[in-house]
Amino acid sequence: MAEGHYPEDLKYHREHDWVRVEGDEAVFGITWYAQDALGEVVYFDAPDIDAAVEGDAPYAELESVKAVSDVYAPLTGTVVALNDAVKESPGLVNSDPYGDGWLLRVRMSDQSQLDGLMDAAAYTAYLDGLS
Amino acid sequence: MPASTGNPMQDEAVVTIYERSRPGRAAYVAPPPDVPDVPLDDILPPALRRATPARLPQVSEPEIVRHYVRLSKRNFDLDSGFYPLGSCTMKHNPKLHERAAALPGHSRLHPLQNDTHTQGALELMFNLQHALAEVSGLPHVSLQPSAGSHGELAGVLLTRAYHEARGDAREIILTPDTAHGTNPATVTMAGYTVVNVGTAPDGGVDLDDLRAKISDRVACLMLTNPSTLGLFDSNITEIARVVHDAGATLYYDGANLNAVMGLCRPGDMGFDIVHFNLHKSFTQPHGGGGPGAGPIAVSDRIAPFLPVPVVARDQDGTFRLDHDRPQSIGRLRGFHGNYGVFVRSYAYICSLGAEGLRRASQVAVLNANYLKALMARPGIGEHLPVAYDRHCMHEFVLSGGPMKRNLGIRTLDLAKRMLDYGYHPPTVYFPQLVDESLLVEPTETETRETLEGFADAIAEILAEAAVDPDVARNAPYTTPVRRLDEAAAARNPVVRQPMD
Repeated sequence: MAEGHYPEDLKYHREHDWVRVEGDEAVFGITWYAQDALGEVVYFDAPDIDAAVEGDAPYAELESVKAVSDVYAPLTGTVVALNDAVKESPGLVNSDPYGDGWLLRVRMSDQSQLDGLMDAAAYTAYLDGLS
Repeated sequence: MPASTGNPMQDEAVVTIYERSRPGRAAYVAPPPDVPDVPLDDILPPALRRATPARLPQVSEPEIVRHYVRLSKRNFDLDSGFYPLGSCTMKHNPKLHERAAALPGHSRLHPLQNDTHTQGALELMFNLQHALAEVSGLPHVSLQPSAGSHGELAGVLLTRAYHEARGDAREIILTPDTAHGTNPATVTMAGYTVVNVGTAPDGGVDLDDLRAKISDRVACLMLTNPSTLGLFDSNITEIARVVHDAGATLYYDGANLNAVMGLCRPGDMGFDIVHFNLHKSFTQPHGGGGPGAGPIAVSDRIAPFLPVPVVARDQDGTFRLDHDRPQSIGRLRGFHGNYGVFVRSYAYICSLGAEGLRRASQVAVLNANYLKALMARPGIGEHLPVAYDRHCMHEFVLSGGPMKRNLGIRTLDLAKRMLDYGYHPPTVYFPQLVDESLLVEPTETETRETLEGFADAIAEILAEAAVDPDVARNAPYTTPVRRLDEAAAARNPVVRQPMD
């Protein structure tokens, strides 16, 4: 993927994370922009199942060839599943950030936090403002 | 013979010293002993001895020499070309210092020799302590720590000892978001919690953020001044006031001392603890992780806790190692520290003198500002703008973000292409708060021609990328190895030599 793309059905956080809402659960990952800035991801330091994650706070680390970076939780919740495939093959975060490169599934504590996130158009405008 | 790449070094089969080994070969055969043989069992019980001999390579002397000379030719080093990682890694090491360190009185000392036999060495260490106290503006020095990070650990342990002696338990240490990675690592190792302080639009510490985060739970603020952005924080007096008012200590990371030697002193800025990197600012060659030295200098209130031993001078002028410091945090390493490093650094200080050290820092700053100005010229400046456009100290930070958008090449591609032009690239992707960053530090010993040649090379690489970005994307071409797969190396590290 040479160019950035930002699916319409996702919500976005300013720290370059996406959320896919599925009932009272949400799937987290990092955006195309984030994986492009990180470079090739080599390690995913994940939280434990049942761990609490807090909106706007780091919940994991992604290590790339450049640096180790915090991954921020867009929402508060409890971890119900981890993407073991990414632990095995961290490059999935680069090759398919919105699909096989998902990181975490949480049970949301407060769905109203979704209102504080951006849609794809707002996130794209936000990215334009960064450059 | 396999198809040639046209580059003899790329064609060369690289083998390890173990693969050169053949049974029975040796570089040196010891003569029969002329002293009585002592049965091994008398001095080392069998239970403590290995059952099979160590598998050391068996190689003749010419083979050893050729092996390592060949390896050294595959390396890029400061003696081969411009290396703008600067004093942050290694600045020029004057060859005179090697002569001083090789003198038998230095090189053949044994660490267990009695103080009375090593007065000269102790005097050198005492004088070095004194010189470092003078440079830092802090009167009490320990030469023990053996690396910058070791000095940091010493400094944080001193902070803990200082607070605990007052019965004041604290748990947080503040570091700016521009900090060297060793700062938060040290804090964590020493059992404190790291809290980041933000950066203001001018590149300095965000004072409002500092005021919001300082409290009586904060033990220390670790700061580099000039910062890793190469910018002197002119709010330092106010920063020191805020930190001291909260009862915390102020720690100076000496990684960027090369910018300020003899110009201003951390002690005068209000710092309590400083570490030096003798292997950076004070010219100790240190390939492959050592040897280094990270002495610390501290203020009066921290002095009782300094590591032992400290070199002291008695009334009669004799020197001795002072172990009698009841509040000391103890020893940080065996024996006296890395003595050979002390000799080279002391030689540097003596050969330059106070005025020469000041001049070294002034020229380091001048060279950085000259190169920064060259980087602003058309053809470079629109692709690699300075991240914080003000006068820099000894280094400056460029952003490769516009280059990536305009030309489709990344900072990594630019860095790799520089190797084909005979330049080692500067630090890339640090500091992290600058997009696609390059941190350039030329140091004081580079000529105007070298700086201009470097700028010309960057302009050529960018012009070439405007025509065909793949040239840089596939670089380097002329080096002993082409672009390495760093991701594969990190994901599947092979760290063990197969022995059979």
